[in-house]
Amino acid sequence: MKNSIAERVNDFIKNYPPFNSIKPDNLLKISGQVSIIYLDKGDSLFKKGDSFHEHFYMTRNGAITLFHTTNNNTQEIINISDGGDVFGLRPLIAKENYKLTATANEESIVYAIPIDVFQSVTQDNAQVQKFLITAFATNTYDPYTAEETGKIFVDYLPNTSQDMVNFQTANFSKNPITCSVNSCLKEAAITMSKHRIGCIIVINDENHPVGIITNSDIKNKIATGRFPIETQVTNIMSSPVITSKKDITVADGQLQMIKHSIGHLCITKDGTVNSKLIGVLTHHDVLVTLGNNPAVILKEIKRAKRTKTLRTARLKAEILIKSYLEQNIPLSHIIKLMAQVNDAVSNRAVQIALKKMPTKPPVKFAWMALGSQGRKEQLLFTDQDNAIIFEDVPSDKYEETKSYFLDLAKYVNKSLNKIGFEYCEADMMARNPEWCLSLTEWKNQFTNWILNPDEKAILLSSIFFDFSPVYGDETLTSRLSDSIYETLEKTQLFFRFLGRDALKNPSPLGFFKQFLVEKNGDQKDLFNIKSRALMPLIDAARLLTLSNRIKGVNSTYERYEKLAELEPNNKELYESCSYAFKALSKFKTKQGLLHNNSGKFIEIGTLTKEEQLKLRRCFKPINEIQETLTLRFDLKNFV
Amino acid sequence: MGLFNLFIRKKNYPDFWETYLSHFKNKKDTSVSNTRFIAFDTETTGFDMKEDRVLSIGAVSFVGKKIDVNNALELYLRQDVFKPETVAIHELMRSDNVDKISELEAIKAFLEYIKDDILIAHHAGFDKGMINEILHRHGLGKLKNRFIDTGVLYKRSLHVIYQDNTKPYSLDYLCKELNVPTVDRHTATGDALITALVFLKILGRLDKKKHLNWGYLLNR
Repeated sequence: MKNSIAERVNDFIKNYPPFNSIKPDNLLKISGQVSIIYLDKGDSLFKKGDSFHEHFYMTRNGAITLFHTTNNNTQEIINISDGGDVFGLRPLIAKENYKLTATANEESIVYAIPIDVFQSVTQDNAQVQKFLITAFATNTYDPYTAEETGKIFVDYLPNTSQDMVNFQTANFSKNPITCSVNSCLKEAAITMSKHRIGCIIVINDENHPVGIITNSDIKNKIATGRFPIETQVTNIMSSPVITSKKDITVADGQLQMIKHSIGHLCITKDGTVNSKLIGVLTHHDVLVTLGNNPAVILKEIKRAKRTKTLRTARLKAEILIKSYLEQNIPLSHIIKLMAQVNDAVSNRAVQIALKKMPTKPPVKFAWMALGSQGRKEQLLFTDQDNAIIFEDVPSDKYEETKSYFLDLAKYVNKSLNKIGFEYCEADMMARNPEWCLSLTEWKNQFTNWILNPDEKAILLSSIFFDFSPVYGDETLTSRLSDSIYETLEKTQLFFRFLGRDALKNPSPLGFFKQFLVEKNGDQKDLFNIKSRALMPLIDAARLLTLSNRIKGVNSTYERYEKLAELEPNNKELYESCSYAFKALSKFKTKQGLLHNNSGKFIEIGTLTKEEQLKLRRCFKPINEIQETLTLRFDLKNFV
Repeated sequence: MGLFNLFIRKKNYPDFWETYLSHFKNKKDTSVSNTRFIAFDTETTGFDMKEDRVLSIGAVSFVGKKIDVNNALELYLRQDVFKPETVAIHELMRSDNVDKISELEAIKAFLEYIKDDILIAHHAGFDKGMINEILHRHGLGKLKNRFIDTGVLYKRSLHVIYQDNTKPYSLDYLCKELNVPTVDRHTATGDALITALVFLKILGRLDKKKHLNWGYLLNR
């Protein structure tokens, strides 16, 4: 029999998870068995301690508040479910009494979905199960335990095959290094070593490839004494070579290599051995194009001779992040990896710049990364924040020394910009004379910030206190850290200033359930995930790290992990902060990759329910860490 | 009286009508929250009770504040009368691809569904009249159920100074006032569900004013 109401229920629930991933036939089965419940404002659907219902619920209209009743009978709002939100999931997960109370916040209509029917059609649907577990975790009182499983925030999307890359045309090395059939091995080896390459192509007079010599040929045939180093290359080369046309795909290239068990394919004009050599596709190139081998990218960075190569390598790393995010590699791993890549890029950029300088550096120095790169948690391109610290010199040498490092910094800043790191708007870069200082000047600078905190000092602290060396002499930065901690012993006021600053961004959730969005400007109605969610966590971590005298732990999530170790009392909170930080970073990164920007601003409306759910879940620890700071640093009346 | 009754009941009523009547023999008086209510609506070819015909009957039942979707009634009737001009309202066409049943089958199913429960309809007089006409055409008696008209109930739930005779108190007006979503408006079942929600919302208001009793609801 036709049932228009069931169809209408169906039309509503099919738009929302978990129902949006249920097959239409099955969904209709569920819709037909739903009950529609009307609740007046204040009516309770279930109360804490009630035995479980045979239904779980979805809000159709209005809003349902979920309360936790604490021991001293105060009610704490856990979540407010509005149109399309599911709640009352406990009986689905565990057949036990309700732990929360669900009450209509306003007049509401609720759909009650019978659990047995629902389960009978969704048992094998992993997406549905994952969503429900996430939703359940969001609505439970104990906000931390569920996170431990690590399974909650995994994505619902199936791994989109990143195999698209496989069908790209392989990016082979043009202008391959070659030697003539008449040359001797020693000459060939010198060329290889000069270019730091592992293979050389032997070509005839017509530029056709006739053979290849690799490191292993030299190892097996020369070092073993079978041939003298003066032998002609033709004696030891592998021949003939395997050739291909230039439009070979990555997948084909890989296949050829596996088939012939070789690591190099010669690319020729017409694809045969009887035409001109135009390039070499190495196994290394294939891996790099696939973007799935960080070691290869790092190698490429370390070898780079030009800024352009660094840029390519850094972009490859970005493809890597994307595929790692898709594969749900733990974010801590991705962060560590990208920290290495970023440091290597900066390090190499300084090396390249040093080569452009007319002389060697007059004294020891270190190139410091600041801000997010200093915290080693930068995933996408951001502004560059960096500084130089150099050894103390006699005052008559000072100007000369400083101007040397300023020149160096100009090169480095410029090349970092070419690589993709925008210039810092506030000019917090080493090329700025204010941030290119001797060790003593830096010590004084920090001492001054700590002892005379004012608005500006605090603003700068948030950038400069997260410094880490990426090139040069690390004893300089280490001595600077020691000096900072000595100064911190003398004052409590600085911590209170930092604390006040950490609280400047209020909780990301406004009254009840609205995300706080920007009120004006270009970013109107957008949610600033950086300032509203990430910065409060970063600022709090820095403050707590400094006040606990923790040295050498820079990244925010590691800072929280360290804090959890040091303060067992607050272990859960710190762990959930670490967790939230990672989840939020991942979110920002994904948004950034999606929109090709830093991912800082998010249009809440475009997020799916489950994304909103995940985001909201991360906000709990922010509130709590802010309360902790207020108490610990006595910030309530500190203005 | 008894003799007279016997006289006019010489006519043989079908079993389903007798069953329907039998529900009313045991008078039960329960609290409002334990009573089964039926909200229903009819789609018709027009507003003339004699000329026009019922095309569809929709009903939902509920006890307390819970409406079970699987326990809705949705009937489409085969009729000879057809008025193209009303298709725009109910969107029921002659050739619609729904299972249609005869008027007699429909009224039988309807009576089985409603039993002696309290019927709720918006501008109930019309729907009641249309059903009674069907019953009459088939030689049966009138509906014996108690009726609640949501339009009347709503108006009465307002304080006398807010009652306004110029206002329509139409179902659309009530939906707007009471914030009831108007999906599926103008299908019999859709309107029945909307009527049920409207009724529940009015009950909520009456409860707050301590007016929630049978006397008030049924205006006895």
